[in-house]
Amino acid sequence: MTVKFTINGEPVEAQSGQSVLDVARRYGFEIPSLCHHEAVTPYGACRLCLVEIAKGRRRKLTTSCNYEVLEGIEVITGSPAIRQHRAMVLELILAEAPDAEPVRELAKRYGVVISRFKTTRAVAGEGPRDCILCGLCARVCTEVVKADALAFNGRGDKRGVGTPYSEASAPCIGCASCASVCPTNRIVVKDTKDMREIWGREFALVRCDSCGAPVMTEAHRDHAVKLGPLPADYYKTCTACKRKSLSGRFAKVGS
Amino acid sequence: MGRIRNPKELHSYREGLVARRTGSKKVIAVCCGTGCNASGARKVAQAFVDEIQKQGLAKEIDIRPTGCHGFCERGTLVLMHPEETLYTRVKPEDVPEIVEKTVKKGEILEKHLYDDPVSGAKHIKEQEIPFYKHQERLILGKNGLIDPTKIDDYIALGGYEALAKALEMGPDRVLDEVKRANVRGRGGGGFPAGKKWETCRNATATKRYIICNADEGDPGAFMDRSVLEGNPHAVIEGMIIGAFTIGSDEGYVYVRHEYPLAVKHLTVALEQAREKGFLGKDILGTGFGFDVKINRGGGAFVCGESTALMASIEGKVGEPRAKHIHTVVAGLNGKPTNLNNVETWANIPLVIEKGADWYTKIGTKGSPGTKIFSLVGKVNNTGLVEVAMGMTLRQIIFDIGGGIPKGGEFKAVQTGGPSGGCLPAAKLDLAVDFDSLWEEGSMMGSGGMIVMDDKTCMVDVAKYFLNFLKFESCGKCTTCREGLRRLHELVTEIAEGRGTLDTIQLIEELAATVEAGSLCALGTTAVNPVRSTLKFFRDEYLAHVNEKRCPAGVCKALITYEITDACTGCLVCKKRCPEGVIKGDKKEKHVIDTTKCIKCGICNDVCKFDAVRVY
Repeated sequence: MTVKFTINGEPVEAQSGQSVLDVARRYGFEIPSLCHHEAVTPYGACRLCLVEIAKGRRRKLTTSCNYEVLEGIEVITGSPAIRQHRAMVLELILAEAPDAEPVRELAKRYGVVISRFKTTRAVAGEGPRDCILCGLCARVCTEVVKADALAFNGRGDKRGVGTPYSEASAPCIGCASCASVCPTNRIVVKDTKDMREIWGREFALVRCDSCGAPVMTEAHRDHAVKLGPLPADYYKTCTACKRKSLSGRFAKVGS
Repeated sequence: MGRIRNPKELHSYREGLVARRTGSKKVIAVCCGTGCNASGARKVAQAFVDEIQKQGLAKEIDIRPTGCHGFCERGTLVLMHPEETLYTRVKPEDVPEIVEKTVKKGEILEKHLYDDPVSGAKHIKEQEIPFYKHQERLILGKNGLIDPTKIDDYIALGGYEALAKALEMGPDRVLDEVKRANVRGRGGGGFPAGKKWETCRNATATKRYIICNADEGDPGAFMDRSVLEGNPHAVIEGMIIGAFTIGSDEGYVYVRHEYPLAVKHLTVALEQAREKGFLGKDILGTGFGFDVKINRGGGAFVCGESTALMASIEGKVGEPRAKHIHTVVAGLNGKPTNLNNVETWANIPLVIEKGADWYTKIGTKGSPGTKIFSLVGKVNNTGLVEVAMGMTLRQIIFDIGGGIPKGGEFKAVQTGGPSGGCLPAAKLDLAVDFDSLWEEGSMMGSGGMIVMDDKTCMVDVAKYFLNFLKFESCGKCTTCREGLRRLHELVTEIAEGRGTLDTIQLIEELAATVEAGSLCALGTTAVNPVRSTLKFFRDEYLAHVNEKRCPAGVCKALITYEITDACTGCLVCKKRCPEGVIKGDKKEKHVIDTTKCIKCGICNDVCKFDAVRVY
């Protein structure tokens, strides 16, 4: 169903079920976010996508990533109050992730160069201080990959994310989806000729039958076959080679 | 009698019970709520049973272990019906004398009577005691009359008659009655229950759930616990009426695992309600079916938040989600779910039994009915008090609570649990209801009421609650997880004398973002203690910042203990000092080595001559 509403006074249209964030971005309105990814369910953790939404006489600040569009609402994406709250949120995030380039850049756009809070949780010298606990890694692992190798742990100010007990996790298949969605590039993946190292484990890589390029880890392939519907043979060649052979077949059909 | 098949059978069953109970039989109700239990109530009850047996009085006297009577300060409480004589602080060894003199001969034993610390008067009857006199105990009152493990006790008092009436009225009229009564959610939000029920009822679905929130996690709050422990059937009856109105066949009670007695009594009550046919299929012959399961919480404060609670029942991690789509539309398992707390459910049978017109006459226009508060802290009569909405803080704290102990001065009262605000003496005449407290930057919450005296430091109070909440935050959203942690750090800086005016400024800026930006009510309300103390007790913050002084003498980094000339040289503090840093001989003024003093305050506590000064 088509829904009409306004963003910063401009009329916009969207399909019901879409989020205010997605629609606003499609129309070119800028709303920052660090925990949002199209592949997973909106989570509302980073609080950067705060906008003001007026529905009838009620007006409130809320996150736009998980707010579904409604007929007649008025969305304000960047009032001084909103910008002030975003700057404060960025100050909080920056304090614990001072090494994360994307956070630093975003913070700068909101006038935050140095956080007034001291870095306390992340310890200098013990790896990069750049996890912002957005949980995208764990969410993609559970929702999309369906491997459940990563999860949040602890609660409150003791919250963390990673493998259980920070040990090498048995269900991990080394697919590196977590690394690809991490907004601060904190997850380290080391690929050598035949092996991939991630989350403290090593995985053998499947190499393309025709060109020899790495396709995926063997564990990833087995996991994909188990989930179906494609057979193991499908994963013998890399995407580029598949495309090549497919276009070859199309060419034959065409002639 | 087993299953009760229709309302008519219920009426006659109750009449039978009442007929057997009236007459000359006396009842000795021994409060066996958690508070009295801790002071040995079970042993007192057993001693009564044994003594009555021994004296051959079993046929004339019923010993009834009941739920909490509310006056925990004076436990174990023994209330003798029909005379309504109340004995306080009863020990098992007192029982033979009580039976011999009071029960058999009607003599009053003065030593067990309540003596008012304010007026010095002794009172015989429960209703004469100021603590009880000013209360309106619609919900709690039945606790003293019921053995919670016996459904017949509840039925004899008219229990489940409201259910029978509701079944006859039909869902539309019941809903109308609850809406007209304007029953507001006692769990904290104060949202009108009728409106909630209606939305849930009108949501398109084939399945609906009813939940009772008994995850009472506020420090110092125990009203829901006492209702569940003392009168579980009232809650169950409320839930059945709600289920009938909304169209639900399945309900849950989400109760803290730390409340074993509540779980036990609830389990027994559910079994008995099933046996009698109030739960299960075809309730009272109407074809309507409903049953309740118990879900025990694992000790996370945040699970009292409705969406986190539902996630927890689903077996997921108890974390809240955004409520853009309300739980009455998509809650537990994605189905419309109506959640109310223990006290709200317990109000429902009353509303149906006596009607909305009666109910709205109690309390204020915007908040009808009564509210149970757990009155704790620096107040003479700690315990559970149930008062009509609209009573002033002064009446609750001074008339019922008996004021501040040891001649102390009232400083502040915190309402609404850890996320409530602290109100100063200037607000003592505030008529308490949902709206008035919100307007003052505090809240009703579930009804915690912590009284503080002049020896309480408000910076320390803010620090305490922030510490609690940063630990109990689930950690999902940045503003709550990082924000509360930082607020705690900043307030700690002030408490330790490291704060500046910039620190106060940053606290205020950050608090505004935590309030505006947090995902659930835990975060949005968590700033109330720090904000309200900054609003009403700013001078105290400034003393910490500018003068590096804690006026209440609490913040250890800023205080010094000194022995004054009033010292008689009695050696008591010297002996008790855990660090051995007090010097001085007998009959000679003692001196504290302040460089080694750990500021534990024991010397001050033990000094009989008021010779320890804290500055």
